[in-house]
Amino acid sequence: MNESTILKLKHISKLYPGVTALDDLNIDFIQGEVHAIVGENGAGKSTMIKTISGATWPTQGTIEINGNTYHSMTPALSRQNGIAVIYQEFTLIPVLSAAENIFMGEFIMNGMVLDKKAMNKKSAELFERLNVKIDPEMQVADLTTGYQQIVEIAKAVAKDAKLLIMDEPSAPLTTTEVEAMFKIVDKLKADGVTIIYISHRMEEIFRLSDRVSVLRDGKYITTVNTKDTSKDELIRLMVGRELTETYPRRKEKATKTSLSIKNLSGNGVKNVSFDVKRGEILGLAGLIGAGRTELMQLLFGYEKIEDGEIILNGKSIRPKNCIEAIEAGIALVPEDRKRQGLVLEMSIRENSSMPKLKKISKMSVINPEKEKTLADEYMKSLKIKAPGINQKAKNLSGGNQQKVVLAKWLAMDPEVLVFDEPTRGIDVGAKQEIYKIMNDLADEGKILIMISSDMEELLGVSDRIVILCKGRVTGIIEDRNDFSQESILAKSAGGI
Amino acid sequence: MNKNKKLTKSKEIGIFLVLLAMILVFSILSPQFLKVNNFFNITKQIATLGICSVGFTFVLITGGIDLSLGYQISLINIICATLMTKAGVHWGLAILISMLVGTLIGCINGIIITKTGVAPLIVTLSMMQILNGLSYLLSKGLPMFGFPKAFSVLGQGSIFSIPISLIFLVVIIVIGVFILNKTYYGRYFYAIGSNEEAAELSGVNTGKVRILVYGLCGFFTSIGAILLLSRLNSAQSATGAGFEFDVLTACVLGGVSSNGGKGTLLGALIGVLIVGVLDNGLLLLNVSEYFKLVIKGLILLVAVVYDTMSRKNSEKIKRMKAINVENA
Repeated sequence: MNESTILKLKHISKLYPGVTALDDLNIDFIQGEVHAIVGENGAGKSTMIKTISGATWPTQGTIEINGNTYHSMTPALSRQNGIAVIYQEFTLIPVLSAAENIFMGEFIMNGMVLDKKAMNKKSAELFERLNVKIDPEMQVADLTTGYQQIVEIAKAVAKDAKLLIMDEPSAPLTTTEVEAMFKIVDKLKADGVTIIYISHRMEEIFRLSDRVSVLRDGKYITTVNTKDTSKDELIRLMVGRELTETYPRRKEKATKTSLSIKNLSGNGVKNVSFDVKRGEILGLAGLIGAGRTELMQLLFGYEKIEDGEIILNGKSIRPKNCIEAIEAGIALVPEDRKRQGLVLEMSIRENSSMPKLKKISKMSVINPEKEKTLADEYMKSLKIKAPGINQKAKNLSGGNQQKVVLAKWLAMDPEVLVFDEPTRGIDVGAKQEIYKIMNDLADEGKILIMISSDMEELLGVSDRIVILCKGRVTGIIEDRNDFSQESILAKSAGGI
Repeated sequence: MNKNKKLTKSKEIGIFLVLLAMILVFSILSPQFLKVNNFFNITKQIATLGICSVGFTFVLITGGIDLSLGYQISLINIICATLMTKAGVHWGLAILISMLVGTLIGCINGIIITKTGVAPLIVTLSMMQILNGLSYLLSKGLPMFGFPKAFSVLGQGSIFSIPISLIFLVVIIVIGVFILNKTYYGRYFYAIGSNEEAAELSGVNTGKVRILVYGLCGFFTSIGAILLLSRLNSAQSATGAGFEFDVLTACVLGGVSSNGGKGTLLGALIGVLIVGVLDNGLLLLNVSEYFKLVIKGLILLVAVVYDTMSRKNSEKIKRMKAINVENA
């Protein structure tokens, strides 16, 4: 194999305010290889791809390709250098044909008119090269996901891509389609295309790749030859960190089951069952897209339940909307606090009173004293740092914003509190405060469910962990002593 | 809410100064302008505009719009006139029935918008055409008149020389301010206009509130329509045509954002006064109707552009700050 390096990332760092997405990355890609990239959620894989494709620019570092050194890429520059990316969300236009999509932006013209014949012919040639049979005139919307992905790949190949980046390509595919996709990767490799392959699925890594690089917490860990490594070693490299955070511990072990989810389906969730005990924090683990948020949306009445039941404190409930869920005693602290948790233009007072507004009003007139008392109480008990309860939510820090979201739910005295990524984007000090609040709530006998992609948080805060993959439960870890990063990660990726 | 009031107070002071400036200019240009009689004239003329603006402001705050307002006025006028002249109904009852119909039309707008999810612009645009057609059908294209004397008092009469329409205007504004600032419905209007998803996830029944807000708009519009009918003493299908744009101009001028979530009735009132003073002043100066239209169009454009640009500017400032943190 030609040992020349096609792409070199040198000392690449990407800093966002408060977060280091990439930390001094040094990684080489050899021409003609299939190079897999592995790492947990948040390891930096997406940011690295975006840096290479020009969707974002690095804070530091250089990119060397084709003998040129760049301090940042742009989409046009990356295309010029023969880089193409196949994202999980395809960039195809469903109402147009396969050929039209392949030549989007660079149509073959016959004078002033589109030369459809030439485009169809060239597309057919491309498909032949990839050993697939697709009718170039067929509308993309009528193709299965597997074939759509092939059109996406053909689009990249048409632009003469020398370096193809594939981001979780098997995610939307069925088992048969995955096999077909493997054959295409083999063919592209035989044609001399370099492929960067991002995936969580160990079987694919070992089937396709020549080398594997591991990212962890934004740092480059190492690159190994695929034939010289094992699944266990890769997982160990992906998670192998010292657990440094300390988490407040619960006083008693919870025993009584108060919330039962039985065979719940809908919104992408398939036949999920598990129990939650009163006074415990249940961690929900899984990869992005595993269905955790979707499951909680069913519980909160935000999306429709198609099958199954929810039993809370002995009563079967099926909330048709958020109002019914709230009445049943369920509260949701959403993933995106700015878009879903708060009305940023409104004050701490107005946000924290919103679910309870009707109850503190008489004949639809709001009782201002009751509202002020409510806001003051939670401002104090949750230690919200702000000049006053009339401060607009948009002026608060992430941690304080999250506390306002908590305040509005605590005012309703719910039975169940669902936290979706509760400490994302929050500084260390505020994180500890939120963990303490969650702990106190559990000690009071509330039921807490926490969705988290932060392994340390998951292991530190949860009493029990349920793992989801592709909408199904793949594992339940009952005992804290059985918690292990490796097994959670393996089950998140679908292995048993 | 206090801080909210402070920021909007600065916007209101701004447009209030514009109003004062206009009054100054017109008093210099026309000797008739500053007479008490003229002031009462202005209030009679803007009574309908002001009352309709209350309901319209509510709708704008929720992030919606009601383009059918103009033809609602036409249709309500024709229904009221028909009841009084052709059906022999007492004018008091005719008014009540007309108000009911107006509220119902508003609710229908709200129901369609909520159940179908189609943009309010399109729904109310379609409704506008339907009401247009209905107005012509009912009136057969002919003007109607011959209303009881007592009815005309509403729009034309005065008590202790204060025009009754002014009293109506003040009462409606007070009611409007109460609903918007004191009730939880008002709070919900702002919440839905500012961030509907977060409101929904906080237990607000956004569908119900939407239907309510359009119903309220229809209710207030019907009151404005009846006052207009009483003042003009004749009902024609063309009466209200285009009126929604006058109302929109007044509200946007007054700082009620067309995007929703922002604005006060005080601002809307000042906007109404600006439009009223402008109309009156230009009339006294014998400016042609068509030139007046151009001027009003320009003013609406300036108001909307200013509204959008000032929002973009504050977002740009926020982004600049974030990037500076990054590069620091």
